[in-house]
Amino acid sequence: MKLVNSNRKIIILGLFVLIGLVFIIRLFTIQIIADRYVLSANNNVLRYITQWPARGLIYDRFGKLLVYNEAAYDLMVTPRQVKTLDTTELCQLIGIEKEDFIERMKKARNYSPYRASLFEAQISRENYGYLEEKIYKFPGFFVQPHPLRKYSFPIAAHTLGYIGEVGPEFILKNTYYRSGDYIGISGIEKSYEELLRGKKGLKIRVVDVFNRDKGSFQNGKYDTTSFSGTDLYSSLDADLQAYGELLMSGKKGSIVAIEPSTGEILCMISSPSYDPNLLVGRARKMNYLKLSEDSVLVPLFNRALMAMYPPGSTFKLVDALVGQQEGVLFPDTRYGCPGGFSLGNGKMVSCHNHWSPLDLRQSIQFSCNTYYCRVFRSIIDKKSFSTTREGFEVWRKHVMSMGFGKKLGVDIPGELNGNIPSSNYYDRYHGKNRWTSMAIISLGIGQGEIGITPVQLANLAALIANRGSYLTPHVIRAIGQKKHLNENYQQNKVSDIDPHYFDIVVAGMHDVVEAGTAASAKIDSIPFCGKTGTAQNPHGKNHSIFVAFAPMNNPKIAISVVVENSGYGATWAAPIASLMIEKYIKRVVKRKDLEQNMINGILLTKSKVVDQ
Amino acid sequence: MREQRGIFQHIDWWVAILFLVLVILGWINIYAAVYDENHSSILDMDARYGKQMIWILASLLLAMVILLIDGKFFSQFAYLFYGICILLLIAVIFSGREISGSKSWFQVGGIALQPAEFAKIGAALAVAKYLGNLDVDIGKTRTLLTLAGILLLPMILVILQHDAGSAIVFVSLIFVFYRAGMSDKLMLLLVAIPLLAVLALGMNKYILLVVMFVSGTVYFLSTRRKIKTLLTIIAIFIASVVYVFSVDYGVNKFLEPHQRTRINVLFGKDIDLKGAGYNVNQSLIAIGSGGFWGKGFLQGTQTKYNFVPEQSTDFIFCTVGEEWGFQGSFLVIALFVTLFFRIIFLAERQRSKFSRLYGYGVASILFLHFAINIGMTLGLVPVIGIPLPFFSYGGSSLWAFTILLFIFIRQDSYRYELL
Repeated sequence: MKLVNSNRKIIILGLFVLIGLVFIIRLFTIQIIADRYVLSANNNVLRYITQWPARGLIYDRFGKLLVYNEAAYDLMVTPRQVKTLDTTELCQLIGIEKEDFIERMKKARNYSPYRASLFEAQISRENYGYLEEKIYKFPGFFVQPHPLRKYSFPIAAHTLGYIGEVGPEFILKNTYYRSGDYIGISGIEKSYEELLRGKKGLKIRVVDVFNRDKGSFQNGKYDTTSFSGTDLYSSLDADLQAYGELLMSGKKGSIVAIEPSTGEILCMISSPSYDPNLLVGRARKMNYLKLSEDSVLVPLFNRALMAMYPPGSTFKLVDALVGQQEGVLFPDTRYGCPGGFSLGNGKMVSCHNHWSPLDLRQSIQFSCNTYYCRVFRSIIDKKSFSTTREGFEVWRKHVMSMGFGKKLGVDIPGELNGNIPSSNYYDRYHGKNRWTSMAIISLGIGQGEIGITPVQLANLAALIANRGSYLTPHVIRAIGQKKHLNENYQQNKVSDIDPHYFDIVVAGMHDVVEAGTAASAKIDSIPFCGKTGTAQNPHGKNHSIFVAFAPMNNPKIAISVVVENSGYGATWAAPIASLMIEKYIKRVVKRKDLEQNMINGILLTKSKVVDQ
Repeated sequence: MREQRGIFQHIDWWVAILFLVLVILGWINIYAAVYDENHSSILDMDARYGKQMIWILASLLLAMVILLIDGKFFSQFAYLFYGICILLLIAVIFSGREISGSKSWFQVGGIALQPAEFAKIGAALAVAKYLGNLDVDIGKTRTLLTLAGILLLPMILVILQHDAGSAIVFVSLIFVFYRAGMSDKLMLLLVAIPLLAVLALGMNKYILLVVMFVSGTVYFLSTRRKIKTLLTIIAIFIASVVYVFSVDYGVNKFLEPHQRTRINVLFGKDIDLKGAGYNVNQSLIAIGSGGFWGKGFLQGTQTKYNFVPEQSTDFIFCTVGEEWGFQGSFLVIALFVTLFFRIIFLAERQRSKFSRLYGYGVASILFLHFAINIGMTLGLVPVIGIPLPFFSYGGSSLWAFTILLFIFIRQDSYRYELL
């Protein structure tokens, strides 16, 4: 019996020890091994309050404010603090239905009864005025500033770009952003995002179970201050941009103007365009959907950087330069034109009426197709080249040195390479080395596989204006208060063509405007140089193209104009370029009739999508 | 004077000091749990820590009085105590005050008294008295039924007050029966019934039955394989099958909704962290975030900013876990286990059977509170609202535990007077 009892004592004591041990093991696992409880405890009491800095402003080249921030307000609600209130009045103030109110309150309560959640986003300044007076009637509701991006003028949408909430995939890649943050999505807003956004600040507050503020965490040891975004000074001329958009109304196409001495883009128009203020705030999603669904006008598409066109006769300038550089073309080289260039198989590249034979300068003035087929052949089939391929590669190298066939490096996202086909391409098409200069003769007059973007075409004008060199075109000329200049855009890029070969080309371009294909575009007070292009394309009527720079001596502006499917270069593109030049140099356009004709020229039917 | 000095000479200072240490640690943690920068004096009588200090002083006074009472008194009047407790339990049902769903409080002046706390003492005394009687044979069914009656009567009355937690505590006195010679088989049965219920709720019932079937078969094969043994095993197995499948029904039928939810929370069937699972989750966060060293006195964010409900009463151990970390929690658990060991040690050296069994009763009651309360804060036991002895805020429970313990200390010191 004694033994049994002592056993029982041990069993009972054993149970005490067992439970004690179970507790200690449990404590060990949750206190020492697991770390999620520490995280949960911090989640309970720490509130991270982000301080969003003001996004940087964007100015035009004359200091006009283009992009700024406008105060807007988010209405927030902390459900637990909401007392009985006049629901109808609140609904009226912010313009929602009672069902919405109930729905949103439910959503907020589900998120957390104690934490503030968004009730109504981006209340405009006017509505905020009414709301602010009455907000005391609605305990639990408060208003939080949340600035909106605003655009002073309804212009340059593609260049300026827009901002929007950062997507979930991007948050995974870049730890700076949190859900709900804004980020530049296109244009300058995107390419200069890191400068414009500034630096977020963080305040850590401690709260109790009722979400009441209990002061800063460890006396603000871990708090960081926010820094405002950097202001940017763009090279755009807001007036010129607006004028260009006006001229392009009702037309598809693009205008790019560059200051030749600096590479600064003066205007960059892609038409049809849209008001950048459409992609701001609450209406952004809906408007974006409308714009992106418009498959006829494709207003979101930035033609200046992303559309590829055959350059047509504007490319004769390039051939004139390459031919001289290769020593197969001289100012007095004359080719007769029997109304076209025979391809030898019964087909021919036709030409228009002009006297014959023409020399180099006249060939530019009258844009003779036969002349440039011959020039092109003379380059490719030069005696010192053993194969067509070798001649073609030399030609291609020269062409690419003038900024074609690859991205120029414009400081706006989305730029395309354009296309200068390689000899491999023709090998694949015709068989290896089974092609001759005759097979690719259309390249000589800017047709065929060749594709260039409007900005590359404007850059060609700048290159000729500079007699052989260019600076990478860019839209931001200075950064921040110190007006720091981006070094990338200060380096001169030199082409393969010796400067003295440009004189005759420039003279020919001057003749184009004075008494050549674009005589209608002549400005009496400004002697300038240009070249028309009429690009055949598979999409319908020819593209009307014009490149120019002005004034002829000491040029201030180099420009390219493309008006899609509108006919001859001289009909639309040349007059528009001429008006733009007058506007930029004189600031006022005196040729009102021409101006009106251009503005009123509606060349496209309205979008079917928009009509619906 | 001589007599009084004698009493203090013979009391067991080990138990007395452990008691004092636990009470003071409890007081410090209550202070931390309800700490408020605006009312930071620990002697502030409006705050719980100020009140607790009064309860502590009063309990010391009670302890002193108990030590001065004649040693025979408690065994002689054991049944009377029990009877008074039962009467109070009945009275409170009719005239008690309801606090948080339980109608189990008497309002006496500014003090709320809970008879259920004191009924535990009555039951421990009555059980010790009954089994201390040398004529009583625990092997007899009549004895067992009487003992069951002694426990069930207060249990039923407490359940009628909607205080199921306190009712469970009476079950702990089964350890006393066991020590007094109750058969191993019966003890096994009494342990198996709740254990099987827990397993049936916590794991897949079919797996459980397969395990039982296999272990039964193995057991039978290891014996002499008599038909009688086989029949017994089959009978037990069938009874278990019926029992296992009726547990759910029992839970749904007899438990109140909030009790059912608490059980579901424990077994992970209900993880509603904003509802029923909130307390346990916040409790685990508090203790778990304490780490090894703890966040430091008054530095517990869970505690200070009131994330843990009932943190000065039932969830007081959270404060220990959060502010004193693993080391402090370990210390508190070690202190309790040491106290239980010391009580058992003292009980075993008693000459009178009454004193010995009463000692076991004291250890059992304190142990069950300890096991359930800390188990609950650690998420090992469903939420059952019973206090942690000497730690939790509250006059009734502190006084009841003090009386419970000091009656035993008095019995232990009385040993010398019997010489």
